[in-house]
Amino acid sequence: MTRQPTVPARERPAPVGFVALVVVLVAGSLVPAGYVVQAAISMGWPALSELVFRAHVGHLLANTALLMVFGIPLALVLGIGAAWLVERTDLPLRRFFAIAFAAPLAIPAFVASYGWASAVPSLQGIVGGVLIAVLSYSPLVYLPALAALRGLDPALEDTARSLGFGPWKVFFRVVLPQLRLAVLGGVVVVALHLLAEFGAFAFIRFDTFTTAIITAYSSTFAGPNAAALGVVLALLCLVVLVIEGMVRGRARYARVGSGAAQQAVRLRLGRARWVALVIAIGCVVLAVVVPLVSVVRWLAQTDPAVFVDLAGAAAETLLLGTLGAFAAVLVGLPIAWLSVRYPSRTVRVLEGGSYVASSLPAIIIALALVTVSLKVVPALYQTVATVVIAYVIIFLPRALVPLRAGIAQIPQGLEEAARSLGVAPWRARLRVTLPLLLPSLAAAVALVALGAANELTATLLLAPTGTRTVATQFWSAASAIDYPGAAPYALLLVVLSIPAVALMFAHATGRRLR
Amino acid sequence: MSLHLDGVSKAYGHTSVLRDVSLDVPAGSRIALVGASGSGKTTLLRLIAGFVEPDAGTITLNGRTLAGPHGSVPAHRRGIGYVAQDGALFPHLSVARNVAFGLPRRERTTARVHELLDLASLDRSLADRMPHELSGGQQQRVALARALAQRPSVILLDEPFSALDTGLRAQTRNAVQYVLERSGVTAVLVTHDQAEALSFGHQVGVIADGRLVQAGAPADVFDAPVSPGVAEFLGDMVMVPAVPVTAPLRIVGHPTGTMQVNCALGCVAVRHDHSGGAKEVSAMVRPDQLRLNADAPDGGNATVLAVKPAGSSAEVRLRIGVHTPAGIAYSADTEAGLEVVHKVPLHEAGRYVPGSAIDVAVDGGVVLYPTPVS
Repeated sequence: MTRQPTVPARERPAPVGFVALVVVLVAGSLVPAGYVVQAAISMGWPALSELVFRAHVGHLLANTALLMVFGIPLALVLGIGAAWLVERTDLPLRRFFAIAFAAPLAIPAFVASYGWASAVPSLQGIVGGVLIAVLSYSPLVYLPALAALRGLDPALEDTARSLGFGPWKVFFRVVLPQLRLAVLGGVVVVALHLLAEFGAFAFIRFDTFTTAIITAYSSTFAGPNAAALGVVLALLCLVVLVIEGMVRGRARYARVGSGAAQQAVRLRLGRARWVALVIAIGCVVLAVVVPLVSVVRWLAQTDPAVFVDLAGAAAETLLLGTLGAFAAVLVGLPIAWLSVRYPSRTVRVLEGGSYVASSLPAIIIALALVTVSLKVVPALYQTVATVVIAYVIIFLPRALVPLRAGIAQIPQGLEEAARSLGVAPWRARLRVTLPLLLPSLAAAVALVALGAANELTATLLLAPTGTRTVATQFWSAASAIDYPGAAPYALLLVVLSIPAVALMFAHATGRRLR
Repeated sequence: MSLHLDGVSKAYGHTSVLRDVSLDVPAGSRIALVGASGSGKTTLLRLIAGFVEPDAGTITLNGRTLAGPHGSVPAHRRGIGYVAQDGALFPHLSVARNVAFGLPRRERTTARVHELLDLASLDRSLADRMPHELSGGQQQRVALARALAQRPSVILLDEPFSALDTGLRAQTRNAVQYVLERSGVTAVLVTHDQAEALSFGHQVGVIADGRLVQAGAPADVFDAPVSPGVAEFLGDMVMVPAVPVTAPLRIVGHPTGTMQVNCALGCVAVRHDHSGGAKEVSAMVRPDQLRLNADAPDGGNATVLAVKPAGSSAEVRLRIGVHTPAGIAYSADTEAGLEVVHKVPLHEAGRYVPGSAIDVAVDGGVVLYPTPVS
């Protein structure tokens, strides 16, 4: 049975108070962006240009450019190729690989970097940076590509074949163009991660803007040097978003169907099957096995005393993560509700604002919150509240995705039906909408909490002195080259990531979460 | 004691959706509102339900103003039942809890639920099922039972059968009509299906372009549509240019003085004259009124173009000659003339040979309209 949207969206304008609330929330999340602009203005052009136009910044720019130029295409090829192998060919063990290709997401990049760097100490600079980045982030292309491939109507491919297209031609002329939007989203996320990543690159002594800002921060605090680098980094993010907007054009969302009725015909690879298998195994070994084996190897040498501290760190992580998650859902719910139930130009602008806010690297959000809390609300400086605010800004998109989808799935007709049965609107929401939204709320809380549990950059800068989360404890041990001491935390970080990755995988492959 | 709409208008932004709609639905009667999609019929229903507020006009129910210039009663205080297109059953609640949803806590008893399921001709064993375990038709009847549980004074049905398969549709429609009849509730149905509208109840209202263009007993509305547009919307029809006959002839079976017209179908009686004295007039005929005679002694006024079997019947495609002031101009090898498809029982199809001439007559008179300016 198909549900037809009989209710015109224009029927009722969004309540003014509600819009005002969302405006305030989005404006709040844009504080870091405002900080960047304010920092640039207050420094003035002469001071800013003096800090920006120097060899060090040139070196960072070159590194960033190299990272993008090599990292993004490789991640694209790897991500799309993996999705295609799993979804459209007779690759052996493809069910296993479908999950294995997503598994690197469960290993935070800085843990993968630790695993590699401690196993292969010579791995450094751009080669190391690109290797770690591609292995850790190609799943961010793989998952949307997989989802899009699953959603494609196989009839399109069948039709193309009946028109005389060979399998390769079908892939490049029919399949690939339709993956464009889904993959573009993945590429933007990869690019933003490359700009924002700190730990992974710091390990292998590969300098990027983010690592340089942290270095500058630790020597001069939130001084002009860190701020100037922050301005450049924010500009780079803006470039990524503008390019995305240009490529995306007028199309807003990848059109992914509700799932194909019949299975697409899989391409028989013939002898290439075994070549593909070897490549697939190679990728999984490099991205998953090497870091994990390395972690386990160090684990054998870990001082048992470390395990005692583990529980405390886990508890603190859980507390911070859960607080951040509930806050993010509280902030995300009105935004998601407004954007689904009252779509309009204004609302889209608001949504875009929150998207831009969350696209900023964690380091800039942290810098901004340090500065703002010190200057405006000193009481907030280095408190749990600031950490929670940072988590909300950083992880808001993670909450918005399931919330939006959840709200969109609940037909407005249900609330109307309840009202026509004599139930007041707020009670109708409580009795009908809320129970139906619970799975999405749970998914949103889980995704944010698990993301926050792995967050390193902002937590390092913002957490109250003495805070010991799993990520910060890992970092303090690993950066002091205490590899055995870091291993238990590394393992716990991986374990903590698994549920979130399982959720994302289930979402991409269209399995219902119950 | 009735539902009464007076001069109701509604616009979304600059788009006018309903214009000056007035309607009277006597208590206990059933009315079907029919219109093409986008005609505003669903908005009208939503205005009555209270999901939308009118820009102008008043809606009263049993003397109580539901919506008017001084504000409106919220949907949940109107006591009006509503059955949505897809039933809108709450997916997280069982059938029993769906049905009991709007009841006060003390009335949420198994006995009451069973009573309501009985009323909606549903098996009591369905009470513990979840909505997704029901067929589409059962879902609609549960939605109906749920609405009836409130003992509403009016029940609104928004295309409740359109999402169902053809077979299930007729069956569910009959079941719902039976339930409504038994419960004696005032009912307003919105549909785009003419047959459904014409068979639903005491009144039918035709909505086009945001206006209620005609309302009345279904037979009357079908018999005398106010405009060619309404006529066309309510069923297949043929429009032929016609010339009024100045000196009325005597026609067997018609009272003297009956107006007549000359047209391609011969000289026929006028059943209703909606021409308003226009110079150029056209006659509207339903295909069911056509009587075909293949054995006419003097040839005929039409030619058989093709015969196509369609199940139990056959479609005979005819071209009827063109009327000129001099008489009937007809030629088998010109494109002139009026093409009509007429259904005949399959066993009679053999009588009609493509290319042969036949005689076509009209039974029951025509309705006259001004010829639309093309």
